[in-house]
Amino acid sequence: MERCYSKMKKKKTNNTSNYIIFGAFIGFLIISRIINFELGIEMGENFWIFARDMILILPPAFVIIGLFEIWVDRETIENNFGESSGIKKHIYAILLAATTVGGTFVAFPVANSLYHKGADYSSIFTYITSASLVMIPMSIMEASILGLQFTLIRIGISLPLVVISSIILASLFQQYHYHLPSDV
Amino acid sequence: MQALYVIMAILLIISFFFDREKTIKSINRGKNKFMKILPGYLKLLVIISLVLLFSEDLIVEYLGNQNIILGSIMGLIIGSITMMPGFIAYPLAGVLLSRGVSFMVIAAFVTTLKMVGIVTYPVEKEYMGAKATIYRNIASLIIAAIITISMGLFYGEVLF
Repeated sequence: MERCYSKMKKKKTNNTSNYIIFGAFIGFLIISRIINFELGIEMGENFWIFARDMILILPPAFVIIGLFEIWVDRETIENNFGESSGIKKHIYAILLAATTVGGTFVAFPVANSLYHKGADYSSIFTYITSASLVMIPMSIMEASILGLQFTLIRIGISLPLVVISSIILASLFQQYHYHLPSDV
Repeated sequence: MQALYVIMAILLIISFFFDREKTIKSINRGKNKFMKILPGYLKLLVIISLVLLFSEDLIVEYLGNQNIILGSIMGLIIGSITMMPGFIAYPLAGVLLSRGVSFMVIAAFVTTLKMVGIVTYPVEKEYMGAKATIYRNIASLIIAAIITISMGLFYGEVLF
């Protein structure tokens, strides 16, 4: 109990320091604009590329995650993503990954929620890794620049390997009796 | 991206129709989860802005004129460390390709860029735990290396 409390406290100060770092960073970006500090302006542009996506994607994504956690019952997830559902869960995980907007940023919290609803390790590992591999809009862009052949080889080779590695990792973590963080 | 808002709206309307209280509870659940991880995402944004600053030059310089094996290894390393949105990474890969950089080097860079996330570690750790995060990223790095070699073989750039 004591330990748990100190851990929570540590977490809180950690959060505060993150906010302070972020605030200082924003301050730096604004001052860079004012005094025309080129490095800072460039950083601001980089910052905006990702910040814009996060501002737009994360809020609706988390509302959908909330709906998922409240409405979907455990049984449905256990049947489709659980230990006993064989290769089917990997196919579902890949399909879900291909349609996840926002890539891994959204995939991490979704994977955690799936896990606590009864999905097993191998399906969530497959899900996260393929979320960055097979996102449909990105793959289309890749094919148009590097050639369709490149994209097909990349996806064709990586997906089976991702499934195999997920199965191996899952059996490892079962031996460790590993649990994903809850309450995040 | 608009699709995400449409889906959210449809789900909320259906949910609201069946159970008002559960809908409000869902929104609160989402909001709480978001507020909890927000500092992590903010920190990530700061790190990414810094990393992106030097990565483009690094890529052009180090991947542009190397021998194929060294270039591939550099590609694996740089791709793991940096993080870029697709609309920057792919045109960049296109530029490299037009300069005669091999597919193998480009594959090394592009696949690790997506699969191995050293920068996203702070957020992934919150949801997956440190151990799972590290193991998954190592597995991804190995897969990326296999893809790189396969590309080299396929395009006839390396022969063993």
